[in-house]
Amino acid sequence: MIKTDVLVIGAGAVGCAIARELTKYRLKVTVMDKNEDVGGEASKSNSAIIHTGYDAPPGTLESQLVVAANPMFELLAKQLDIPYAKPGAILPAFTDEQFEQLPALKEKAFRNRVYDVEYLTGEQLLKMEPNLSPDVKAGLYIPREHIIDPFLLVVAYAENARQNGAEFLLNTKVTGISLENGKVVGAQTTGGDIEAAYIVNAAGLYCDEVAEMVGKNDYTVNPRRGQFYILDKNTGCKVNHIVLPIPTKVTKGKLMCPTIHGNMLVGPTAEDLQDKQDYSTTAEGLASVEADVRRLVPGVNLRDTITQYSGLRANRNPEGLHVDTYDDVKNYVNISGVRSTGLTASVALGKYVAQVLIEIGMPVSFNPHFNPVREGIPRFHEMSREEQDAMIRKNPLYGRVICRCETVTEGEIVEAIHRPIPARSVDAVKRRLRAGMGRCQGGFCGPRVIEILARELGIPAEQITKNQPGSCMISGKVRLEKEKANA
Amino acid sequence: MLERNCDVAVIGGGPAGLAAAAAAKKQGAGRVLIIERDNALGGILQQCIHPGFGLTYYNEELTGPEYAGHFIEQAEQLGVEALLSSMVLEILPDATVVCSGAEHGIIYVRAKSVVLSMGCRERTRGNIQIPGTRPAGVYTAGAAQRLINRQNEMVGRRVVILGSGDIGMIMARRMTLEGAKVVAVVEIMDYLAGLTRNRVQCLDDFGIPLMLSHTVTRIMGNWRVEGVYVARVDGNRKPVPGTEEFYACDTLLLSVGLIPENELSRGAKVEMSGITNGPVVNQSMQTSVPFLFACGNVVHVNDLVDNVSKESEIAGKEAARYAIGTMPVPTGRVTCEPGGNVRYICPQRIDINGEDSEISLYFRVGVPDGKVGISLLNNGRELVKRKAVKVNPGEIECVKVRASELAPGNLEISVAKEG
Repeated sequence: MIKTDVLVIGAGAVGCAIARELTKYRLKVTVMDKNEDVGGEASKSNSAIIHTGYDAPPGTLESQLVVAANPMFELLAKQLDIPYAKPGAILPAFTDEQFEQLPALKEKAFRNRVYDVEYLTGEQLLKMEPNLSPDVKAGLYIPREHIIDPFLLVVAYAENARQNGAEFLLNTKVTGISLENGKVVGAQTTGGDIEAAYIVNAAGLYCDEVAEMVGKNDYTVNPRRGQFYILDKNTGCKVNHIVLPIPTKVTKGKLMCPTIHGNMLVGPTAEDLQDKQDYSTTAEGLASVEADVRRLVPGVNLRDTITQYSGLRANRNPEGLHVDTYDDVKNYVNISGVRSTGLTASVALGKYVAQVLIEIGMPVSFNPHFNPVREGIPRFHEMSREEQDAMIRKNPLYGRVICRCETVTEGEIVEAIHRPIPARSVDAVKRRLRAGMGRCQGGFCGPRVIEILARELGIPAEQITKNQPGSCMISGKVRLEKEKANA
Repeated sequence: MLERNCDVAVIGGGPAGLAAAAAAKKQGAGRVLIIERDNALGGILQQCIHPGFGLTYYNEELTGPEYAGHFIEQAEQLGVEALLSSMVLEILPDATVVCSGAEHGIIYVRAKSVVLSMGCRERTRGNIQIPGTRPAGVYTAGAAQRLINRQNEMVGRRVVILGSGDIGMIMARRMTLEGAKVVAVVEIMDYLAGLTRNRVQCLDDFGIPLMLSHTVTRIMGNWRVEGVYVARVDGNRKPVPGTEEFYACDTLLLSVGLIPENELSRGAKVEMSGITNGPVVNQSMQTSVPFLFACGNVVHVNDLVDNVSKESEIAGKEAARYAIGTMPVPTGRVTCEPGGNVRYICPQRIDINGEDSEISLYFRVGVPDGKVGISLLNNGRELVKRKAVKVNPGEIECVKVRASELAPGNLEISVAKEG
């Protein structure tokens, strides 16, 4: 049986950030997730924005965490060796009604202690963002709204945590939590029982189901689906900033922004669903994205799309980000209501939850060996020609470009498969390296990635999955082995 | 970093590159170097194990590897050199081609002229925005063809194919021969996208239903494809409500069009055509950047490899003349303009340079038609007029004109019902 000091349920951005933070102490930390890879749910399908918290409900924990988190990303991105870009956001008003909302939005930012939000004239906005609708009257500039690679953020948290001693149990689902004398003592999982002194519920979309396991059912979570478009890097009509719509009472609305890799991201919808696995896109949803974003950027060309996807936000009913502890369920921390701002909040939540654990009695001493630095996979396309040449001489697999669209080499793919948090599926490779994320969407590199995964993992190609168990890429050999032998 | 010199560098060792390289050599170019990212020459033909190649070029029916084999042999005999497993990263303005390879690191290939023959890629699910889930089992037909024919891996057992392009129909037959059930080939248009002969040989002969004016409206299945919804479409290609039907399958293959792969061309600032998505070329297959020539599917998507070979020989020959310095200076220009029911013409321009040659103008029609007249006008003067029993967007048409007959100005090809 596995014995651990802290069991973190859920290896999304929040769970992995908590795990990383806890490895700063002398603790045995175990993270488990039902998915085959870290960052499998909301963390993989969102708008990839590092928020300021300017529009959070003032005075809430969400506001506190997001505002605290934003300035941490500069150093975090350096330590974790992940790309981070700082385009800033603009919030243009096109109608009189929207124009009249600007002072309230600026005041809300002020109350959230986001003091650097500024007014801009329509003329200034058009100068900053020439593809904006010329109807723009005025707007706000939120300089510290930034963008990140969400997949790499989660992988990097996890790898850094792993490197500092945390254990990861993937493909492992929690089925029950044991209590003794009003105190959690362990969990039952599909991978066997785990004895744990402390348990943190960071299960996101499923955190209500985990909370039920300790008898807490004061809230529920439903998926709020957001559908997005990704546009080709070559699309003619681009934006340089995160272009946000003025929110309505119903939704924050649909935005257009650059991604850290130079694509355009357009969306999302906000649709309340019940099925927590319904990641489908719909013709209606995508049409509504197009209609709404055209009001901001009339020239946007959605025919340049290379893919569309849906994300599911964990919508808490009743609303609000909560980190709860209970008198009758000791040694247990329950996180709920982490929504759109979760990617940003993750780094602050890590610190907050560690503090909560200390306050409820978790014995701690600092881990003097903690190393905050994680080195990423050396990226061929980011190197100078001299560096590329030297790299190929060191590792000839770096000379073989597998993904043409994003220039990803076999050397990088092989390394991703053998990292501390290994990539074991086609999507896991894609999320770490972008192989298959370009304009041909894996048309060329897909078959090669399957081949490399099978070779490196030492398993037949028919066991290679796209992501979860059951998502097999191929159905078997064209001809049976014995037929081949006879041939 | 290594450096190599050559007269003509050819990017891509598929059918276009092979024909261009051989022609360059025949024209007298000294060193001709093919740069190929695969570990063997032949390009996409390596996975096209079906017959149907060479009927016009060789007057015999060959498989893809056989057809490529002839060209590879020829190239070897002529002394064409090849840099295999090497990916071109960039073309510099001084005709230097930068490439990477496992064995040699980064190489700077200093060329005098360069032939772009990178071929094309397939349109994807994302391009055509099929709603639904994102499970495993959605493949472009070419990717599936590679897995089956080169990697010996079967992609699925029960298949729906969207798009009646040639690769889709070829794969319908291939999957059937390997024991899979092809439920249907679904085509959004009311006519076939590919060649009629492929419909006969790949669908009709195997009893595979072709559903014209239908499309896939949703993909179902969280992990592996579990089925697709197929609906009839109206005249505007929009699904007709109430006609959606579920088809259980574990695989969806897409044969919904090809896109010339021109990342390198764009990087080299070559003028591009918005219609073909390929470089604008003259009758010498020369692009707007004088040292860059282009041929094959990188210029416009061809239906027959035989045409690619012929067109590529022009590119190779002219690239050699450019490298040697024997290319004549143009004195005037004819712009080729698509007229009625003509979608595009390739080449897009003819440079008048005092040489007389027969120029083949390839074009595709916009919509299918029958009993039509095809006419070619030069500054309003009719130079060619011929009849065609039928024209089809899936099949390339050709008219020929002698350079000496052309006057600078414009040239228009149009296709119209015979009055």
